[in-house]
Amino acid sequence: MAGELPKTDGAVDTAGGDAHPAADQPLLRIEGVAKTFGTFRAVDGVSLDIKAGEFFALLGPSGCGKTTLLRMLAGFEAPDEGRILLGGKDIAQALPHERPINMMFQNYALFPHLSVRDNIAFGLKRTGMARVEIATRVAEMVALVKLEGLEKRKPDQLSGGQRQRVALARALARRPQLLLLDEPLAALDKKLRESTQGELMELQRRLGMTFIIVTHDQEEAMTMASRIGVMNAGKLAQVATPRELYEAPRSRWIAEFVGDINLFDGESKLRDGHRLVIGTRDAGALVVAEPREPVGAGKFSVAIRPEKIKLSRRGPVSEAGHETAINRLEGVVADICYLGGTTTYKVKLDSGGMVQASVANSARLDVDAYSLNQHVVAWFTPDDCVVLPS
Amino acid sequence: MRKFSRLSRFNVASLALGLAFLYLPILILVIYSFNASRLVTVWGGWSLRWYQEFFNDRAMIEASWMSLKVAVSSASIATLIGTLAAVALSRGERFRGRTLFSGMLYAPLVMPEVISGLSLLLLFVALNAERGFWTVTIAHTTLTMCFVAVVVQSRLGSLDRSLEEAAMDLGCDPVRAFVAVTLPLIAPAIVAGWMLAFTLSLDDLVIASFTTGPGSATLPIRIYSEVRLGVKPEINAICTLVIGLIAMVIVVASLASKLSSSQGESAAPL
Repeated sequence: MAGELPKTDGAVDTAGGDAHPAADQPLLRIEGVAKTFGTFRAVDGVSLDIKAGEFFALLGPSGCGKTTLLRMLAGFEAPDEGRILLGGKDIAQALPHERPINMMFQNYALFPHLSVRDNIAFGLKRTGMARVEIATRVAEMVALVKLEGLEKRKPDQLSGGQRQRVALARALARRPQLLLLDEPLAALDKKLRESTQGELMELQRRLGMTFIIVTHDQEEAMTMASRIGVMNAGKLAQVATPRELYEAPRSRWIAEFVGDINLFDGESKLRDGHRLVIGTRDAGALVVAEPREPVGAGKFSVAIRPEKIKLSRRGPVSEAGHETAINRLEGVVADICYLGGTTTYKVKLDSGGMVQASVANSARLDVDAYSLNQHVVAWFTPDDCVVLPS
Repeated sequence: MRKFSRLSRFNVASLALGLAFLYLPILILVIYSFNASRLVTVWGGWSLRWYQEFFNDRAMIEASWMSLKVAVSSASIATLIGTLAAVALSRGERFRGRTLFSGMLYAPLVMPEVISGLSLLLLFVALNAERGFWTVTIAHTTLTMCFVAVVVQSRLGSLDRSLEEAAMDLGCDPVRAFVAVTLPLIAPAIVAGWMLAFTLSLDDLVIASFTTGPGSATLPIRIYSEVRLGVKPEINAICTLVIGLIAMVIVVASLASKLSSSQGESAAPL
């Protein structure tokens, strides 16, 4: 992730004047963009590159600035600082209708006085396209989102899922270089949301278009996006693939925001080759793998995802050639939460802390299940731990 | 009448009482407009005599014509200005004193007409304007534009801002976005505002009598001065025609708003 990019000399400011269109030049470059409302800094110096053909998700809790950033890309807000380069051209101050970018609104914003056909054709009529061509394009879009036969209906005669499709078709009709989606599935119920996620991904791949989606739903972001930018308090906290984000979060905040996590605060005690021993208050000494960027002495948090923690009655089954350095925590089952596919156990450790373990229910009969107050051993390998600065 | 069987007797009675209270005087006025007798209170059989009398009464016809002209012009100007004011107040950037302006727009709604009339009269005298058609029209415009603004503003307030943003996103500059999306959606409110302004202007007596000049009396002024000399059944006939006109306007307005508001939201109520 680019941190502070120096302000360039403005050589690429002129329209279409990018002298060296490098092959790996990003489609969209956001440089130190900031936006303040009154005294509230909604977006605080965000820099980000997005390549053509990417499906990028902006993820964050409400009020983190993700929607403001999206609205700046669409042109509904002008950034106070920074530049937004689309194909090398600065569009930060351009009006919405001057940008080859379209947006799908959270509440769809379909024009209630126009039919499905006229809604989809709305943007095309402003391009000076011939009537026949518009009709062809509309038909193509209607087929693309599978709305055949509903062309003459008004938005209030459609279901939520159908409205979502009209909104998508309307935003895609102009073939924008970049499609922005503001919480596009928030209004749909769970089943429909899941099938629509798949359809959106399919569509994006087929059209080879660049999508930026804003969502507060991490599962949605993980499922659809090839890269995710997590925002917190107006700043980009981490930009990574879904896997990286989940398995190698950069900070405590991200680790806690994305998925469930066990965190143990402690201090690094000694180094043993590529292993690090961290003394924690709640779980004793934990052996962890040294992070990619070497860390010095100081305070750390050890983070372990619940599904990486194994439970057993007597401890790890010793396998030949297996790691000897295994973290072993003993305690009693304090809480059981059955979720269908998995069961989450909360184990109260003898040392006083709490650890959460997620166990797959791989057998139908509960032969392996643990009962409340049962003594168990929770264990995990050093490689399953992530060391985070406190 | 079937629906009434589902209402309780009490409800039927209260409905009848309420309707009678509202419409009985008007009904009597309408019936007596067809009276053949010279006396307003004595029934002398059916006749269209007083309608004929009215159509031969040059002064009355002129006053009616004057009233219609004033109502149409002032309603049209008020609709234009009122709509613009409503758009500016609900869509413009937040400026200092916006709340004050918004409040000031409502003030004429509650201002006693005598005060509005007198202040306008003083203004016209100070400007040395010749009082007649235009002064009444301007006076009615100032009175009715705030009604239009209130009706249109409430409609704009209930309209989703993202509709305009979507139009801009799809290639409209702000002006075209307003014309292509906002205007069709607030049209029922604009029509309702015009109708409201029209009827308000048509029946205004106080402000018109302050601001009119010799030889340009509006219908209410004319009727009022006639009545002071004694009520003729001709007045009943005129009133019946006015009632018919206003009823027609209201029916047309409600039909228009029903037809144009296909999104399930009705126009702002009158």
